[in-house]
Amino acid sequence: MKKNQLIEFTDRGLYCRQADVYIDPWQPVDRAIITHGHSDHARWGMKSYLAHHDSRHILKHRLGEDIKLQTLEYGEEITRNGVKISLHPAGHITGSAQVRLEYGGEIWVFTGDYKLEDDGLCTPFEPVKCHTFISECTFGLPIYKWKPQAEVFKDVNNWWRENRDAGKTCVIMGYALGKAQRILTNLDLSIGDVYAHGAVHAMNEVYRQSGIQLPTCKRITVTTDRNAIRGSMVIAPPSAFGTPWMRKFAPVSVAFASGWMAVRGAKKRKAVDKGVILSDHADWPELLKAVEATGAEKVFATHGYTSIFARFLNESGIEADEVRTDYGGDDDDGTAEPVETAMPEPTN
Amino acid sequence: MKEFAALFTALDATNKTNAKVDILVEFFKNCLEEDKPWALYLLLGRTFKRQVSSTQVRLWAAEITDIPLWLFEESYHAVGDLSETIALLLPDVDSQNDKPLAWWISYLANFKKADEATKKELLLKAWSELNQSEKLVFNKLILGSFRIGVSHSLVTRAISIVSGVEASVIAHRLMGDWTPENLDFTELLNTETHSIQISQPYPFFLAYAVENPEDLGNPDEWQAEWKWDGIRAQVIFREGELFVWSRGEDLLTEKFPEFHILKEILPPGTVLDGEILPYINRPLTFNVLQTRIGRKNVTAKVLKESPVVLMCYDLLELNGEDVRSKPLEWRRTTLENLLKELNHPELLIPSPKVDFKTWDELAAVRTTSAQNFAEGVMIKRLNSTYQVGRKRGDWWKWKIDPYSVDAVLVYAQKGHGRRADLFTDYTFAVWKDDALVPFAKAYSGLTDKEIRQVDNFVKTNTLEKFGPVRTVKPELVFEIGFEGIQESSRHKSGVAVRFPRILRWRQDKTAEDADTLEIVKGLLQQHIAPQNS
Repeated sequence: MKKNQLIEFTDRGLYCRQADVYIDPWQPVDRAIITHGHSDHARWGMKSYLAHHDSRHILKHRLGEDIKLQTLEYGEEITRNGVKISLHPAGHITGSAQVRLEYGGEIWVFTGDYKLEDDGLCTPFEPVKCHTFISECTFGLPIYKWKPQAEVFKDVNNWWRENRDAGKTCVIMGYALGKAQRILTNLDLSIGDVYAHGAVHAMNEVYRQSGIQLPTCKRITVTTDRNAIRGSMVIAPPSAFGTPWMRKFAPVSVAFASGWMAVRGAKKRKAVDKGVILSDHADWPELLKAVEATGAEKVFATHGYTSIFARFLNESGIEADEVRTDYGGDDDDGTAEPVETAMPEPTN
Repeated sequence: MKEFAALFTALDATNKTNAKVDILVEFFKNCLEEDKPWALYLLLGRTFKRQVSSTQVRLWAAEITDIPLWLFEESYHAVGDLSETIALLLPDVDSQNDKPLAWWISYLANFKKADEATKKELLLKAWSELNQSEKLVFNKLILGSFRIGVSHSLVTRAISIVSGVEASVIAHRLMGDWTPENLDFTELLNTETHSIQISQPYPFFLAYAVENPEDLGNPDEWQAEWKWDGIRAQVIFREGELFVWSRGEDLLTEKFPEFHILKEILPPGTVLDGEILPYINRPLTFNVLQTRIGRKNVTAKVLKESPVVLMCYDLLELNGEDVRSKPLEWRRTTLENLLKELNHPELLIPSPKVDFKTWDELAAVRTTSAQNFAEGVMIKRLNSTYQVGRKRGDWWKWKIDPYSVDAVLVYAQKGHGRRADLFTDYTFAVWKDDALVPFAKAYSGLTDKEIRQVDNFVKTNTLEKFGPVRTVKPELVFEIGFEGIQESSRHKSGVAVRFPRILRWRQDKTAEDADTLEIVKGLLQQHIAPQNS
């Protein structure tokens, strides 16, 4: 690890020595900049946190009311020991940010997780010019190419309508934070009612606190009448799949919303009725587009198909390396992308 | 093609049996007449010959998608299915093509005599016209790898629903060597009984494994026989012609010339169900049979070294009459009488019955399976009819416990199909002095949860990568079961095991606790592997 790097890759996380601050550390540290609220990026135990305004309620909900948290607007700049620090939209989930560090004319950007498509819910991704670009590449293979959101949800709504007409309830699985709200806002509410699992419901409330308008969505409770749900859509976290909680919904058709659903084998392993190819991560064309838009001379690939992405960039004339991080590690809480993070290539 | 691709996608999307039958029924109701035989042919798992080499297809796909070949290969590793990889990599287009499946089948025929350049042109044209799911199906057809997740019995059930003809009749009509060109679909669906083709075998009656025979009730109602380890087959003699069919519906008549003399022996209209076994005074190991199956020509040397018999289980047709609905007891006695009359014990042997009065007694006999060159016992209800396919109730198999060894996971590779991006193909090793010697590969036997845990272990404990193969830290111990063991000069360990599989993950053991090669070789003596002397 070269000491003169503005961001070093340490065993605690991405570290800026000059500003003495970590980004998305996976070990307790004094000062942490958090790109977004998913639990592989926002971990418990930091003495102080810096994040985007819209992450405030999410982080307090997940890490505790008493965390020491400072928030910034996108583009707002603070300086620590000569290092200019600012956050820029990453388009991943509400409040998600790329972190831009500038020192002595040298600019580094870490993406956290990101996607390029405007999902209509969070502030869309903005490319940031930099010298060194540290990018995720969860879906860093050319087989991953997303369809426009409108097309995906047309298909989801058709699936719902058909099942409603057949007297069935639909359950769609997506992480409680981000994916669930994206699904909720894109459902055609003329088809029927939408219900939410408790974990999703709690996160919906956090979104509403953050000032985001979400359609009405009832919470499933023990007293919810099973006959009243018939023909409705239920949004649930992946962890609910196969649990007794699901029994209430029979007869049911179950969908799983994830980028991994692009591959038949992955869909079959989930043993769901329908795979919805929907991701909050960049697909292959978006990754390449994002790299190009930064004008970076050097790219580090963090979590995902890192070696493949780095090799491809090198062959395309952009110097790139892979970096080992703990992002995308197996996460059992069921809300922070358990499926999407379980499968990428290791970074060793 | 649109409808057939939609059928493929729909069947692929569900693992519920009833849903699959509904999908098939719907498909056949709306299917074009000309497409029906082809759809049926493919649904029953019959494939076409590969029309282009997979190497060529890879090169052309990488070329037109403008990605380097290594990246194509990486994509393939993640997907695990070449046809699907290509379908995912190529740009998705709105389907420009409304041509029926039959039209595309004849399109495939154009490849047969085409030169490389023409093949490429034909392939690229198809890719540019078909949408993603159609491309997937087309690629599978052209690569000869088309498979669809439905069993014969589901297909016959669907056809039966569409036609109103009983499923067992449909199953029988679909046996044998029909082709889509000569299949008369109206005849298939004909509710009148029609004459069967003379080559047509009956659907095999298959048994489920029994856990605890005591659940079967009174032993007096059952008969037991050895479960032989050969090729389950039907020998058919009708109208002066002889046919030998394997359970997998391969016509094996030419592979077993020693049976040809049966034309002069068997009464016309005879169908026997039995096991083809390599046999010199006693059954030989399956290995001996394998040396024959793979060969194009059965030479005099092969015939001498690995002669076969038909160990007869059952009689299905007698004097041209289908006797499957008679009770087993009757069929068995009639079979024994027939074989006695024919008196050709060098070719036709009645599979001996195993006497037992109590289930405990049978359990004791079963432990002597290996000494009797069998892999267990079959238990059949005396009054059972000969049914269609795998059915619970009247026939059961009770195999001996396989051999087992504790071994260490040393290599891992990604699986295929539904396990394509998980490390699910493992190589296991046992100790020889201070070194671990690989001795078996196994793919199955873990739960999905365990697979994910092992997958995670592999990803975080990789020592080296050799192409798709990872060498992992020797840490995890598994109990590996297998059916048989033989000395082998081709394997580093000096032994080859048959049907290895993971019995369970021994999380209670460390690598040091795994078995030694010595112990494995010790099983060689235990296994009475008769060699032809």
